[in-house]
This record gives sequence, C-alpha cells and structure tokens, in this order.
Amino acid sequence: MSWIDSSLSGQVIALQLKSERAELIAGNIANSDTPNYKARDIDFRAEFERRISGESGGALRTTNAQHMKPEGGGSAHITFSEEGGGEDGNTVESEKEQATYTKNAIQYQVSLQFLNSKIRGLKLALKGE
Amino acid sequence: MSLESVFGVGQSALVAQTYRLNVIAENLANAEVPAGTPDGAYKGQYPIFKSVLSEVDGSMAMSVKIDGVAEDQRPARSSYEPGNPIADEDGFVYMSNVNSVQEMASMMAASRSYQTNIEVMNTAKDLLMRTLTIGQQ
Repeated sequence: MSWIDSSLSGQVIALQLKSERAELIAGNIANSDTPNYKARDIDFRAEFERRISGESGGALRTTNAQHMKPEGGGSAHITFSEEGGGEDGNTVESEKEQATYTKNAIQYQVSLQFLNSKIRGLKLALKGE
Repeated sequence: MSLESVFGVGQSALVAQTYRLNVIAENLANAEVPAGTPDGAYKGQYPIFKSVLSEVDGSMAMSVKIDGVAEDQRPARSSYEPGNPIADEDGFVYMSNVNSVQEMASMMAASRSYQTNIEVMNTAKDLLMRTLTIGQQ
C-alpha cells in the first residue's frame, strides 16, 4: 500500500460505511408499513475496526442466480431491532430513523470534509510551494 | 457505491405508498354504495407490503414490494330504508364496511410516508453531488 493510500484509507472506509448505513436506514424508512419488518442498523465501531484491520468483508459475491443471499446482506455487523414492535410486528420508529438518517448524512459530509483537507494537504506537499 | 441504491429503495417505497393511496381512494369512493344483500356490499381493501432485498448487486438495503390486497372481514353496515328499490324483504339495504375516518387517517399516513421517502432521496442526492466534487477545492 503506498503512503498516499494509507493516509487516505481511514476516511475512505468511514465514507463507505456511512453510505452503507444511509442505505440501510433508507430501507428502514421505506419499510415503515411492512408487517414483521425488523429495523436494522450497522454496528459502526465493530464494522470499522474489522475493515481497517484488513479482514475481507463487504457483500458476498454470487456467481449464479440460484445462490442464496444471506438475510441482511454479507456485512458482518448488522443489528436488528426487536424492541417496540406494534401488533404488526414492525419495529421501525419512523421519527427515530429520520433523525438517524439526517445525523448519518451530516457525518458523511464531515468525512468528506476531512478527506478533502487531506487531499489538499497532499497536493500542497507535492507541489512544494 | 451504496448511496445510489437509496434511490432504488426510495422509489419502491413511493410506488408502494401510491398504490396504498389508490386503494384508499377506491374504499372512500365505494363507502356509501348500497347493495341488496350483505354479500353484495363493497368490502374495504388494504394493501399488504413485504420487504425484499434490493436488486442492486452487493446491496444490503431492503426495498418494499406489494404482496397483494387483503379484504376487510368486518360485517357490512345495514340500514333500514324500506323505500329503496333494492332493499330486501325486511326493508334493509347494506352499505360497505369501510370506516371513512380510518381511511382518512390512513391516507394522511401514506402521504406523510411519501414525503419522507422523497426527503430521503433528496438527501442522498445532495451527498452524491458533494462526493463528486472530492479533491476539487
């Protein structure tokens, strides 16, 4: 891994994880009226540590249409909420999910900002001005 | 890139909520239609949703799919109208079992849910647009 890669990789992994989290929470909001749907989320710290330590992760590859996808995709640290289900067994709390989604979007922009300043710093160093 | 699949998920939710609104409109339109027999009265309907893994490869997000329509099993409302030509021999006509107030509340919920999903897609769009400008400042 080149020094440029390693200086950016932490932010890149964070960005990737936050976009995956946005995807999961969008799914929760979309399924707020689906019976027996369990709200899901990523255990951010555990998943981040797993990826930064270089363990192979991410989604399972399927090479045949008959291959089954595991429930909740291939990522290892997905949590399912069992609390607060109404009589239809749905555990999505719409307001909570909306707040989490917005928070995650802001954190995504924070990561972007950090990545941008890293790139600016590298550019400055390369130019030597 | 995972953020792109937010659009697929959001779109499936918009389709589902639109369908729900259609069914509600149908229920409300038929709420006051009388029939001569309890079986002939209009039965309220409601959509059943289910979640499916989104079709984008490697995605973990759950989209919404319409699994079918269920019929309201409550008995039809009877009303004594001996002058009505379709009344049965006891003078009763039968109205649908639709509860208008319930349908209106359900309509509000569907429309709020539609708005929320559009908001979600808008936010995802903003994030993607910002991502495109990485390293340009």
